[in-house]
Amino acid sequence: METNPVLQNTFPAKINKPAKQRRSRTKLIDALWGYLFIAPQFIGFLVFVLGPTIAIFVYSFMEKNLLSGKTEFVGLNNYITLFTKDALFPKVLGNTLIFTAGLVPINLILALVLAILLARSSFVNNFFRTVFFAPVVTSSVAWVIVWSFMLQGNSGTINQVLQVFGIKGPNWLLDPGWAMFWVIITRVLKNVGLNMVLFLAALQDMPREHLEAAKVDGANTWNLFWNIYLPFLAPTILLVTVITVIGSLNVFDHILLLTGGGPSNSTMVLSYYVYFTAFKVNETGYASAIAVVLFLIALGLTTVQWSMRKKFSYNEN
Amino acid sequence: MKTNTFSLRSFFANKTVSKILFFVVLLILAIPVLWPFWWMFTSAFKKLYEIFAYPPTILPTTWNWSNFTQAFTYQPFAHQYFNSVYIAILVTFGTLLFSSLAGYAFARIPFKGSSILFVVLLSAMMMPPEVTILPNFLFMQKLNLINTHVPLILLPILGSNGVMCTFMMRQFFLGLPKELEEAARLDGLDRPGIFWHIIIPNAKPALSAVAIMAFLYSWNSFLEPLIYINDLDKFTLPLALRNFTDAYGQPLWNIQLAATVMAVVPVLIFYVICQKQVIESFSFSGTKG
Repeated sequence: METNPVLQNTFPAKINKPAKQRRSRTKLIDALWGYLFIAPQFIGFLVFVLGPTIAIFVYSFMEKNLLSGKTEFVGLNNYITLFTKDALFPKVLGNTLIFTAGLVPINLILALVLAILLARSSFVNNFFRTVFFAPVVTSSVAWVIVWSFMLQGNSGTINQVLQVFGIKGPNWLLDPGWAMFWVIITRVLKNVGLNMVLFLAALQDMPREHLEAAKVDGANTWNLFWNIYLPFLAPTILLVTVITVIGSLNVFDHILLLTGGGPSNSTMVLSYYVYFTAFKVNETGYASAIAVVLFLIALGLTTVQWSMRKKFSYNEN
Repeated sequence: MKTNTFSLRSFFANKTVSKILFFVVLLILAIPVLWPFWWMFTSAFKKLYEIFAYPPTILPTTWNWSNFTQAFTYQPFAHQYFNSVYIAILVTFGTLLFSSLAGYAFARIPFKGSSILFVVLLSAMMMPPEVTILPNFLFMQKLNLINTHVPLILLPILGSNGVMCTFMMRQFFLGLPKELEEAARLDGLDRPGIFWHIIIPNAKPALSAVAIMAFLYSWNSFLEPLIYINDLDKFTLPLALRNFTDAYGQPLWNIQLAATVMAVVPVLIFYVICQKQVIESFSFSGTKG
């Protein structure tokens, strides 16, 4: 805050001087309090977020092993190996893409449908909102424990249901063709409630007159969706899409618990590959190079998100 | 259909019918969410063979509380439970303190570089934890803090979740009327005084939102305990739940599910009671990315 110009003009300079000095002194003390107030959070950020981010760049130029403690500068070797020699890496990138491309549309469409169905507050709707949001607060471990049972070969619930229709389902999580599908589905079911409430919040601000008018004009549900809901929700949908894409990079726990990257690496995604290389293979330097790739993707997506947020000035202040 | 007085269209237009239809559609959509919870709760009381029975039983034939007691004898589950509780409480209070201090300073105290520092800080929110976990691990190793609870307490408070809470606090304080503190300043109260006596008592909605985020983050956190903790009696709940296995590494489903129920139910009860606050705090953190 600048010194008040009105005050400065109304008082003659002479009388103003000591007051001004006193004011700049209190301003200085105030600023010091400001730095002190942000200090714990900011120093924590430097030590646990910014420092490590710089560190992975440095480590990525080293051959470093967690067990042997060996550290050696190798220049771009890790990157050269990653992009030209590592046969798994293209597969990992492909898996990451499949996961994101599968998860995002399913999650968004389901969240949107649920939000529109449950938009009006009523006892039944509130009950279902509670139900669909419940997995969001439940721990991933609990969620995956249950689903890993349900996806078993013989006694799994999914196959028992299929058996009723005379279909013999495989052991889903051990089938390279199906494992990723179920990782996506279980992840959507865990998180769809979050996007649902984001859409519900946006729908709160929707002018009801349009909807009523369109209904009077005899618009059917499909018309309503395309001509009223969709245009109104478009900015929110865009934003939620980017948020969901960024969130989809961070599936480590789900993958580790449900499939461990298998079978035959069919669910090995980027974030899990970082963990796997760092803590299972113990190749710290190489894992850092992979982490750099993950970081750059996250950075790119966040840049998109921020530029979009500016455009729509969504939910800011 | 004999007459044309009955048409499918008018049948569905009927209010009661469409209401019931609506309910059925929702119920079908909800089954993939409801059934896992139902199965978890009921199987926690079943004998192991009954869990595998075909056709599955909707309710346990006998209610076996022994699964719950066995969870405590199989591994130091009470100790592990206590670990989760005390760590989550410390994380909650630490986050509340640091995020409200920083959030208030960024919203209300003018100092040089405030907006730049804030934007730099926000960059933490986009960081996937997998990026920073390895250097943090090496750092903690240097400090001899592996296999202690220190990283599990420090990282959530000062890492990206803490930054997100700072952001939530700042947004809230920006909306707080300035007159509140102006009067106190004229009375000669200094910044810490204003913060403690004026700001904090007026920040309950934001504080409760931050508390919910911090507690649940810690309670459900899996990656950090997995990497930092080795000893059974230092485990937190998410690690402990994965550890109910037999000699062949196969899960002991009935005991595991009883333990899972004990870990999940307190959170679910809290969620059902304070649903509005929980959903609000999540939807706020959701829109930020």
